[in-house]
Amino acid sequence: MSADVKLEDVWIRFGEFVAAREVNIHIQEGEFFSFLGPSGCGKTTLLRAVSGFLSPSEGKVLIGGNDMAGIGPNKRPTALIFQNLALFPLMKVWENIAFALEVKGVGKAERRKRADELLELIALPDQGDKMVNELSGGQKQRVAIARALAAEPDVLLLDEPLSALDLKLRQHMRTELRAIQQRVGITFIYITHDQGEALTMSDHVAVMSQGVIEQVSDGNTIYDSPESSFVASFVGENNHFAGTVTHVDGDFVVVDTPSGSIRARNIEREGQKQLQSGDEAMVFIRPESLQFCDNQSFDNTLNAVVERQEFEGNFWHVFLDVEGSSRTVSLSMVNDGSSVVHDVGTSAKIGCNAPLAVALPAGSLAAE
Amino acid sequence: MSTYWQNYFKKNGLALGLFMLLAVLIWTLVMIILPQLYMMDFSFRANVPPPQWGSETHVYTLEHYRYLIYGNVNSTDAINYIDLGVFGRTILASIFVTLIDVCLCYPVAYYLAHVAKGGWGRLMVMSLIIPFWVNELLRAFAFKVMFGTGGVINDVLIALGILDQPYDFIRENTALYSGLVYAYILLMIFPIYNAVESLDKNQIEAARDMGSPWWRIHWRVVIPHAKPGITSGCTMVFMLTAGALAAPQILGGPSSLWFTQLVYKWFNNSANWARGSAYALVLLILCIVFVLLMMRFFKVKLGEIAK
Amino acid sequence: MISDRIRQFFVLFFVIGFFIYLFGPLIIMGLTAFNTSAFPRVTPWECFTVEWFEVLANDKRLLEGLRNSFLIGFGVVCFAVPLGLAGALMLMQVKDRVRPWYYTVVISPILVPGVVLGISTLLFWDRVGLMFGASRDSIFYNGFFLTIVGQSTFIAAYTMLVFISRLQRFDPAQEEAALDLGATHVQSFRKVLLPFLKPAIASATVLAFLASFENYNTTVFTSIGTSVLTTVLASKVRYGIDPSISALAVSIVVLTIFGAAMHEVFKRREEAEAKQAGLVAAGLQEKKKVQRQWFVDPAVIIILLVFIAGLGTAFFAGTMGVDECKVAVKEQKQAATKKRVEALQKRNQEREAAEKAAAEAKRLERSQRTGTENFNTIFSNENLKPQPGKKADTPRTGTENFSGIFDSGNLQQQAGQEDEAPTGTENFQGIFSSDNLQQQSGQEQPETEDANQ
Ligand SMILES: Nc1ncnc2c1ncn2[C@@H]1O[C@H](COP(=O)(O)OP(=O)(O)OP(=O)(O)O)[C@@H](O)[C@H]1O
Ligand SMILES: [Mg+2]
Repeated sequence: MSADVKLEDVWIRFGEFVAAREVNIHIQEGEFFSFLGPSGCGKTTLLRAVSGFLSPSEGKVLIGGNDMAGIGPNKRPTALIFQNLALFPLMKVWENIAFALEVKGVGKAERRKRADELLELIALPDQGDKMVNELSGGQKQRVAIARALAAEPDVLLLDEPLSALDLKLRQHMRTELRAIQQRVGITFIYITHDQGEALTMSDHVAVMSQGVIEQVSDGNTIYDSPESSFVASFVGENNHFAGTVTHVDGDFVVVDTPSGSIRARNIEREGQKQLQSGDEAMVFIRPESLQFCDNQSFDNTLNAVVERQEFEGNFWHVFLDVEGSSRTVSLSMVNDGSSVVHDVGTSAKIGCNAPLAVALPAGSLAAE
Repeated sequence: MSTYWQNYFKKNGLALGLFMLLAVLIWTLVMIILPQLYMMDFSFRANVPPPQWGSETHVYTLEHYRYLIYGNVNSTDAINYIDLGVFGRTILASIFVTLIDVCLCYPVAYYLAHVAKGGWGRLMVMSLIIPFWVNELLRAFAFKVMFGTGGVINDVLIALGILDQPYDFIRENTALYSGLVYAYILLMIFPIYNAVESLDKNQIEAARDMGSPWWRIHWRVVIPHAKPGITSGCTMVFMLTAGALAAPQILGGPSSLWFTQLVYKWFNNSANWARGSAYALVLLILCIVFVLLMMRFFKVKLGEIAK
Repeated sequence: MISDRIRQFFVLFFVIGFFIYLFGPLIIMGLTAFNTSAFPRVTPWECFTVEWFEVLANDKRLLEGLRNSFLIGFGVVCFAVPLGLAGALMLMQVKDRVRPWYYTVVISPILVPGVVLGISTLLFWDRVGLMFGASRDSIFYNGFFLTIVGQSTFIAAYTMLVFISRLQRFDPAQEEAALDLGATHVQSFRKVLLPFLKPAIASATVLAFLASFENYNTTVFTSIGTSVLTTVLASKVRYGIDPSISALAVSIVVLTIFGAAMHEVFKRREEAEAKQAGLVAAGLQEKKKVQRQWFVDPAVIIILLVFIAGLGTAFFAGTMGVDECKVAVKEQKQAATKKRVEALQKRNQEREAAEKAAAEAKRLERSQRTGTENFNTIFSNENLKPQPGKKADTPRTGTENFSGIFDSGNLQQQAGQEDEAPTGTENFQGIFSSDNLQQQSGQEQPETEDANQ
């Protein structure tokens, strides 16, 4: 069983403070949906509204088409995996997993059997009699998932479950989580502030900032066609140049910036082109979209001086001081052995083609 | 408000929510607040025999407080020297006992926290709890045994030739004061110990490194850090000393009553409960004022005092 | 550097002194329980005995008090622990605005003098009884009920503090997790929170029982007529003392140390668990169960020491013939008394002779004065001559004076009973105790009496 989740005009207030503002999201059944946003933007709060630990100040939460108002967390078809896992330290692993069955009054033998099945599923067979403290971080993680799955929820809610793990384990668990989701086929709502996680695992990603949903799309779209300056600056690395739109040209606009005029894509939001002639705009160009001109020609070129270079094995990161811009611009290129290395202090022309540059209305940026 | 209770019951469920609410109401209202208020009311009423309590003869009067201040109507004294004297002496002696306790405990607490190390230090701290758990009466009894005219101290002093005849420590209140200092000393040492122990040793070393003499290290680094502990200890010791009944009853000299003994007297020997309540209320107010003063002067919170 | 040394030495000296001050009185009191002397004392040491424990075991009033104290302690545990728990849980939930007020109210019983708590409880329930028109033997006038309620008022605050410190480490997400997995509130309380609180409950139980068991200030007012250990003890200690009280003290000390050590063990184990949990959470240390270091726990060492001491005591009591020793001491004492009496007689004779001579001399000079001092000396002389045959029927007043001198509380009580003028009897007392001769005789009498029995 699986169910869709719908948030309709949800507002959540703590006194004066607004933790969620007019949130409208429809999460399809059976999909892997992620909320991505900086710390404190309201992700956990939204999730708690879905799981029933708090009621929205305004708006509705629907699960499987049913309004959840007035239904407590123990009556909702959701299971939450907590930010800190919240395993019961005084119970054995299998007792943790079978807890949902225990409170339903299922007999002990049956509980044990089901727990063993789930232990199998999470690849921890024969570990049921350990205490929770005796598990490693990744194992605990999986036990928490098994415990939630034992409740047979229609929707599984995961609140940054991987944040406490080290990088290697995190990467491993990502694939594992995705595999588990595909096996059980229920809706996963996943919270993270790690973009890599969100982009690799999810069918859809919602990017949040200060209680507002900035964009909901699949990972590619979020990365390539961010709809707001916040999303552009928050997801991935990005260089930005502020300026004024001089004219609109089909899908493109020309933005006049102190570093020269830049031709860039005019991104749509809700089916509408966002920029008009004369608007304040910001142009975003990703480091990997910038190249040294050398002999090629580009839609946009900028004059720069090489400030610093970092070698990172498969990549070169070059930091440049671009004429007319006070911020350092970064450029990265694949180390294919042929790249011409530019000495620090030399001036160079860098460029990028218009489809790789994105123009958006001026707005807030993610803190660096 | 009603949403608050809705949330409350949503959070705790009905059964648990009711239990908690009921228990807390019984405790705070029926056990703490109402009895105190009733005692206050009672202390302002005339002393009539119990069957008449609550009847119209049980009138409001300031008689008992007047008595504490001016004494018997027939008395020729301007004020009630005896009872006020006892009150004053109780306060002064309690302050004195508290100060002695601080002076005794601070060095020991510091020693235990920063000088004594390892198993011995731990054992010493552990062993501190033993006298703490011995009944107050028995502690007083122990002092009576020691300080009596045929007690060890007299015998030893005589054997050493310091005294040529037994000295009546009880009469001179030496036994009482040492007993009181002893009685609540552990309520002084534990808070100070806890506070001093949490001080980072590096701070002391840094101060020493800068050439600070030892007394200045204590004055500027350790004592300020231990202030909440010291305040808590002082408050507890003062309150318990001022409110002590066992030690003064057992160790007190004949000429020196403790204020609690007056309260006891009105209740048990003179069957004047109203006056006893009035005296008890005065004691309570003294304690409240003292706590407030401590909180104000040392800028600590109530939670820090009652550890 | 040398001054540093001296300072360190001084501090060490101070600390040692402190510990002697702390334990000396208890040890001496403990020793008096094993001395045959009828007055609790260690010097002079007479004979080792455990007879005071027998005396104790036959003391009906005390045993009744002990039984009542146990019952009350049990009642307090049943009452105060749930109250404290509810109080602590509530504290975690009340609104921020209300919290300081609430905390002040529930913590106040710790700071209110026990006497005041006892009185207010007594008065309040009396009033409630009156309101319901309850009879004098109803629950509102029952010493058990009142004492349990009165003690619980502040003991609940103690237990609350124990629960708070444990609850602060509780992760509320665990309760939510249980709910989320479909548990009802009661289930989540029973299966998640309660197991977590178990060590705190154990520790609070011990604490509540001990606190109730040894409370005096509140109990003395609320126990109305019911004899409770502490009130029995207080009246015993106040109205004359004998070593059976020391024996009681030793028993109680051993018991309380045992209880306190248990309390401490619970607390330490819990602390160790907390520490371990912290380490595991920090990733510093994986798995490894909390080791129950029974044998290194200082509390256990203390229990063992006490136990060994007890065994040793019993052993000595068995091997050393108490009776022989007693006879020996009696003889010794008689010899000493005789010697002292002889010495006194001799001195008196000498003095009389000298006085006679002096009087003679005086009479030679002025023949009209007869010394009143003479009368005095003769009087005391007679009193001081404890003729071996006469000892048994030494007037009882002698011993009464004796107890009066030592038990100043007794006289003070008398003073207290005189409503308006407590100073009145003080002078009276002054006469007694300042009289040195009488004190000396007082000390001897009970011993000799004892020896003659
Ligand atoms: N119970 C509460 N009362 C008041 N403010 C709250 C409460 N819970 C959350 N907030 C506030 O709401 C905002 C969003 O909190 P939330 O826990 O949803 O953040 P988050 O996006 O999950 O952050 P993180 O990634 O750090 O977990 C924060 O500013 C937080 O301070
Ligand atoms: Mg969060």
